[in-house]
Amino acid sequence: MLPIIFVMPVVQLLVLSFAATFEVKNISLHVVDNDQSSYSRELTRKFLVSDHFKLTGVSFSSDQALDDMQRHNTDVILHIPQHFERDLVRDQQAQLMLSINAIDGAAAAVENVYATSIIQDFNQNIRIRMADEISPSRQPKVFSVTQSFWFNPELDYKTFMVPGILVLLVTMIAIFLAGMNIVREKEIGTLEQINVTPIKKHQFIIGKLLPFWILALVELGFGLAMCWFIFGIGVAGSIWVIFLFAAVYLLVVLGIGFFISNFTHTQQQAMFLSWFFMVIFILMSGLFTPIDSMPHWAQVITEFNPVRYFVEVMRMVMLKGAELSDILPQLTRLFIYALIMNGLAVAGYRKVA
Amino acid sequence: MKGFIIKEFFHIFRDRRSLIILFGMPIVQILLFGFAITNEIRNVNIAILDKAHDTSSERIIEKMFASGYFVMNGYLETEDEIEPIFQKGKIKAIIVFGPDLDKNLASGGTAPIQIIADATDPNTANTIANYAASIVRDYQEEINPDVTLPLQIVPEVRMLYNPELKGVFMFIPGTMTVILMLVSAMMTSISIAREKEMGTMEVLLVSPLKPVQVVAGKVLPYILLSSINATVILLLGYFVFKMPMQGSLLALMATTLLFIITTLSLGILISTVAHTQQMAMMMSLMGLMLPTIMLSGFVFPVDSMPWPLQVISNIIPAKWFILILKGLMLKGVSITYLWKEVLILAFMTLALIGLSVKKYAIRLA
Repeated sequence: MLPIIFVMPVVQLLVLSFAATFEVKNISLHVVDNDQSSYSRELTRKFLVSDHFKLTGVSFSSDQALDDMQRHNTDVILHIPQHFERDLVRDQQAQLMLSINAIDGAAAAVENVYATSIIQDFNQNIRIRMADEISPSRQPKVFSVTQSFWFNPELDYKTFMVPGILVLLVTMIAIFLAGMNIVREKEIGTLEQINVTPIKKHQFIIGKLLPFWILALVELGFGLAMCWFIFGIGVAGSIWVIFLFAAVYLLVVLGIGFFISNFTHTQQQAMFLSWFFMVIFILMSGLFTPIDSMPHWAQVITEFNPVRYFVEVMRMVMLKGAELSDILPQLTRLFIYALIMNGLAVAGYRKVA
Repeated sequence: MKGFIIKEFFHIFRDRRSLIILFGMPIVQILLFGFAITNEIRNVNIAILDKAHDTSSERIIEKMFASGYFVMNGYLETEDEIEPIFQKGKIKAIIVFGPDLDKNLASGGTAPIQIIADATDPNTANTIANYAASIVRDYQEEINPDVTLPLQIVPEVRMLYNPELKGVFMFIPGTMTVILMLVSAMMTSISIAREKEMGTMEVLLVSPLKPVQVVAGKVLPYILLSSINATVILLLGYFVFKMPMQGSLLALMATTLLFIITTLSLGILISTVAHTQQMAMMMSLMGLMLPTIMLSGFVFPVDSMPWPLQVISNIIPAKWFILILKGLMLKGVSITYLWKEVLILAFMTLALIGLSVKKYAIRLA
């Protein structure tokens, strides 16, 4: 078990932080160029030199391109119709068609933005080249818009994901191991032996949970160190704030794990229940998708989700250097949560088999 | 043999709690994906630092809040307030309007607008910066009505297979795959490891039942459960979320059954290696569930990952099954387009079964 506990964070950090990205890269592009003019070739070239697209097919018929898309070989089809260049020069306007595989709606929207902006760029270039032929109209009024990105100027997705993945790691260790450990004793029958000893209920629970509490905190420290070694992501705020918050957070999670074990008789059941709650907690935590975009009722549900608070706080402290006073609201809520969960767990635990 | 299978069914059906979760989980997950979780970006809290207070800045602010992307959350007075407000975490972007916009616009000088985004979430930051910029561009076009652009290229964009860009279309095949993985692979491996841990496996092995029959008896109830689950998910997708069913239903059922068998053989393989339920669970979790969720293209696009992960993703059965599901349901292709995926799955299944038979024999000796 011990190797798993220490190999897991490294594997998770490596795999998850590289895999969990909504960035859209290497979009496979199929070009149907029915014009074969210098403009159409230039446009195709502009697509290929951008880092977003890679060419996976060229053909002269839309049917063949569509067939290619159905075989999962291509995601975006650029159709350049016949007489594209002629129409553009003669009629001052020409049509183009983009077909995008929209099964992954979010990716499709991004692909659309990339493709359209390449076409606009190309359009702009042609205009500038032909500028002397165009009569200058009167000076338009323009704003100068600048964008700046704070805390993560390169817009690196890993910076965003790594703190969240640490949360996942600590939570999984705590909820699964703690929940299963007590049920295991139940299943094997050794729990009854403990039950007949004069040990008090809360003593038993503290004794059972303390090792996992310490283990998870060690795991968090290990994870933070790995973040720094592998990704160079340090803690902008105070590391003690993180550990203080984690200590309270783990009480909640362990309480939930223990609560589950009260209601289950076999490890299979316990695991299943824990998995069920884990999945819902993670999906509703804002780890992968923004909470602000959820409908109002769903946002209310997330208020009861401990994982949400830890993800928020990790990102605030690690990336933005938030201080204790900034995270106080989250800390108080979790503290109350911890009291309730552990109270319920102790109350629900019976010293009878 | 018959009695043994019936006994295994009893084992599962007696456990009401697990059954409720088993059937409740996919429903809850699909509903969450369909109604609550979205990776669109909406209702972003922003603050304004307006040094101009003239027509331009007020009209643009008005347009921003009318767009539905932004929620107004206060005005700032100076630049020094920006960092502390980001650290509190609620505000995701700040729009700074430079002084005297109207005057500068009219005289042809620079009229600066700065969009400062909290890029700890790069995806959101990038998207809101683009939204805000395009709102400014819109306003700009409004105040310059008589300037028309020459040489216009008009791209016509078609969104194939999912014109409304619904997220749930992407998640239904994925959720189905994960649930099948959970029920078939994880549950089977734990249930066999349980017999080992309890020492009852020896009892079964000295019984007149052949080892193959013991395993088959263990596995059959889970095949049934998985099939029911798969059906429930598909029905939900079809009736609640209007997910199209373009291809052949028969092909869908056949490939689903094939995938169930693949995952079951994975479960059996794990159970031959693991000695305790905890070990079986950790192995399924780390070796199966995690890769299935992360690397199969369920949530995150495989094409955007670094190449070593793309190579690894090829050995994950779920990746191929998700491709088959998307092809059959959304793209409406015939099974002949998918022979490569089906063959890979079939080959994986054979290899897994072969491997577990070999392992199993060694253990008996």
